[in-house]
Amino acid sequence: MAEIIQEEKGKKGGKRRPKKHGTRIDMTPMVDLMCLLITFFMLTTAFSKAKVMVITMPEKDSQDQKKDQPQISAFRTLNIVLSEGDKVYYYIGMADPKKPPLPSLVKTNFSKDGIRKILLDKNRDLFTKIAEYRDKRVTGKIVVADTTLENEIKKMKRDDKKGPIVLIKADEKAKYKDIVNIIDEMAICNIASYAIVDLSPVEKDMLKTAPK
Amino acid sequence: MPKIKPPVRTPHIDMTPMVDLFSVLLIFLLLTASFRPQEAAVITTPQSISEKQAPDADLMTIFIAKDGKVFFNIDNGKDTSTHFRSKLLGKIGEQYKITFTKAEIAKFGTMSSFGLPIKDLKTWLNSKDSKEKEKLQTGIPMDSTDNQLAWWVREARLTNVGAEVAIKGDADTDYKLVKKVMDLLQDNKVNKFNLVTNLQKQEVTMKDLPPAAK
Repeated sequence: MAEIIQEEKGKKGGKRRPKKHGTRIDMTPMVDLMCLLITFFMLTTAFSKAKVMVITMPEKDSQDQKKDQPQISAFRTLNIVLSEGDKVYYYIGMADPKKPPLPSLVKTNFSKDGIRKILLDKNRDLFTKIAEYRDKRVTGKIVVADTTLENEIKKMKRDDKKGPIVLIKADEKAKYKDIVNIIDEMAICNIASYAIVDLSPVEKDMLKTAPK
Repeated sequence: MPKIKPPVRTPHIDMTPMVDLFSVLLIFLLLTASFRPQEAAVITTPQSISEKQAPDADLMTIFIAKDGKVFFNIDNGKDTSTHFRSKLLGKIGEQYKITFTKAEIAKFGTMSSFGLPIKDLKTWLNSKDSKEKEKLQTGIPMDSTDNQLAWWVREARLTNVGAEVAIKGDADTDYKLVKKVMDLLQDNKVNKFNLVTNLQKQEVTMKDLPPAAK
């Protein structure tokens, strides 16, 4: 479909030169094809790459496990038990069958006013500290790089001595999303220390009598 | 009196700038494109606020589908000349006394995730019918008697030492199964996992802090 427009302007005198051709190519098919290709690429490209959440578990059955186990004060421990149907229970302290009475499970949920409120309340000091630091950065009172900010927050978390130690325990009937949600909640509330542990037999019994 | 008709002229638009622009776009898309990898099962990942991006290469992924099937995938790493997948298949073949032909190994090297017992792997690689292939995907067995997933993980770790582990589980899978996979990984000295999630922003500010009880 290339149309060729012949140039009429030739020199009258002198040598006869071969006529110059100004070529004009019809680009419509090319444009059509490009449109198609662009649409195809746009639709097949995965622009948003998958996001990941990193969790690090403690090493399993290492020999010095007994020695390593830190002594944690009971009142700082917050136990979260996840169960069937996205139910969340929590209790404070330790459930030791040798030392009755057993703490009772309190039922809550994953909503804004559920477990988050409890975590925020427990983690008040650290959360305020981090929020203030971030706020200072946003308002321009301090100028730090992203990495410095992360390191500062990490340091604050490490130095935290008041915040809760959260033990996440999931029932066998819990779903995968529950565990992701609760770990996410830890990140939201800036909880410094948390661990995923197994449900103890006592807690299993407690779960049976827990409010439905 | 007849009307005077203006001569009909076909308008001629100069398309060169448009073509230029399209070329630029096309080249950009071609270069940045990372195609959605074909996955063996549809998995809806749970949501989280994590903004960390999944690593591009050197990654082994364990897929846990809603129906409890487990799939495995390992990429060839950053460098295309490192044929981790092919090497891995060779090693696994040795382990289970199955010899794969060169063509089969090469084919495996270019494929994506899979979830089937090792004995079916040969049939799957040679099968041309996609329906038949799908039927073979019954998940990687991970019973205590024949824990093939553990072998895959172990050999993959030995083949590509720097590979990170990602778990891509469906939001509605039982935690029991995920725990089993995590335990298996920990038995193989993998203590750091990446859980693949969907980004969902959630802001918590000082206002959300409940009033202090005094």
